[in-house]
Parts: sequence; structure tokens; C-alpha cells
Amino acid sequence: MDILFYIVAAVSILAALNVVLQRTPVYSALSLIVVLCSLAVVYLLLGAEFMAVLQVIIYAGAIMVLFVFVIMLLNAGHEVPSQRSRFAKWLGAPIVAAFLVEMLMAVWNQFPASGATRPPRLDGSPAAIGHLLFRSYVLPFEVTSILILVAVLGAVVLAKKEF
Amino acid sequence: MVPLSHYLALSVILFVLGAAGFVFRRNIITVFMCIELMLNAVNLAFIAFSRFLGNLDGQLFVFFVIVVAAAEAAVGLAIIIALHRHRQSLNIEDVDSMKM
Repeated sequence: MDILFYIVAAVSILAALNVVLQRTPVYSALSLIVVLCSLAVVYLLLGAEFMAVLQVIIYAGAIMVLFVFVIMLLNAGHEVPSQRSRFAKWLGAPIVAAFLVEMLMAVWNQFPASGATRPPRLDGSPAAIGHLLFRSYVLPFEVTSILILVAVLGAVVLAKKEF
Repeated sequence: MVPLSHYLALSVILFVLGAAGFVFRRNIITVFMCIELMLNAVNLAFIAFSRFLGNLDGQLFVFFVIVVAAAEAAVGLAIIIALHRHRQSLNIEDVDSMKM
């Protein structure tokens, strides 16, 4: 089971690199779908079955279809590098590298890899999630429904002809 | 058993790649996809902690993050469509003023 995690992690990192390095948005979108699906496998390995299913259905299914749809609709093509984008690369690369090193060092210092004790099995089934959602998290759930309503109205108003 | 730090390292790498794309890319749709990548990195950290601390609340947080990301994608893409209608461009350098 361990080797599966490292394979999937490598696939997701390569696909994420491809998201960043591609100049054409459609290729980025397709690579992002690979990242999302491999993360769903990682969720399965972590015992979060329901979240893995949600990841595939909502993220890889609904959200990415919306992205690809908009890319096709707006005919988003090849991105042309400019003076300012070269400046961003030159200035951004060291900052991003420093950020990566700092975060990895923080993880390593805070959670040393030694002494890997097997944690107790966690029930990530839809029944357990549902119990928690409708017992302890009812108010956030209701607030989320209002958020979705506002988002739907906002999307319709923004995409209308005149605003 | 894969230790917690390896899951967190994967999460950190994905988050930094998303941040790098946010800095380097000039197409507004790609920038938006990099935000989704960063959200997913945080989701992975939530689920890893949920597993290793034996607490289901982390998975609930991921549930809410996914819902908010869906709403964000709908509104953000609508904004991108409206922007493209006004500017005929998807380059973020063409939208550097506050007025439409």
C-alpha cells in the first residue's frame, strides 16, 4: 500500500508541474484533472472514501467541466510572454523556492518521520460523515446553502449581457 | 505505513506549485486553476490530519471547502466571461485598472 502512495504522489506532482508550465489553458485544465483524480486515490488510501467520491464527482466532474467549457467558449489560446511576465519569473522564482524550502523544513521539524505508529482506523463512510454533518455542523450547512444561492444569483447576474 | 510528514510534504509541494503558477502565468483562467490547485493541497493536509489525529472533523472541513470552491468557480468564471466581453482579452496585464 505504501508504494501506491509514492506512485500517486509522483503522478500528482508531475501533473501539477504540467499545470504550471503549460502555456495553453486546455492542457493545464486536463493536467489539473489528473491531479484531482490522483488526490482522490490518496484520500482513499487515507480512509476518506466519501471525500474521494466527492473529489471525483464535484471537482473532477462539475468544476473542471465548467473550466473546460469556459476555455472553449472564450477560445483561450496560447499565452504570449511579455516584458512584465519575464520580470515576474525573475523575481518570483527565488521567492517561490524560498517558500517551498521554508514550508518543507517546518513540516520536517514539526512532524519527524520516525516512529510511524499506525493510527486507529477512522470511519470515513457517508453514514459517519452525515451523522457529524447533521448533528454538529447543521448551522454551517445551512449557511452554505445561502452561499450557494448567492453564488448562483451572482453568476447569472455577472454573465448577463449588461451589468 | 506512510508517515504524516510525507502527506504534508506532498501537500506543501502542490501548494507551492499552485502559488508559482499564480505568479508566473499570465492567462487569467490558468491563474484561476492554480487557485484550485492550492485549495486541493489544503484539502489533502486536512484529510491527512483527520486520519492521523483520529478526528472526523477534518473531513467535514474538506466537504465545506469543496462546496465553497464550487461556488467560487461559478462566480469567478462568470467574472472572467464578463471581463472577456469588455476587454476582449484574457491576459491579466490588460486588467490592471479598477475601472471596467
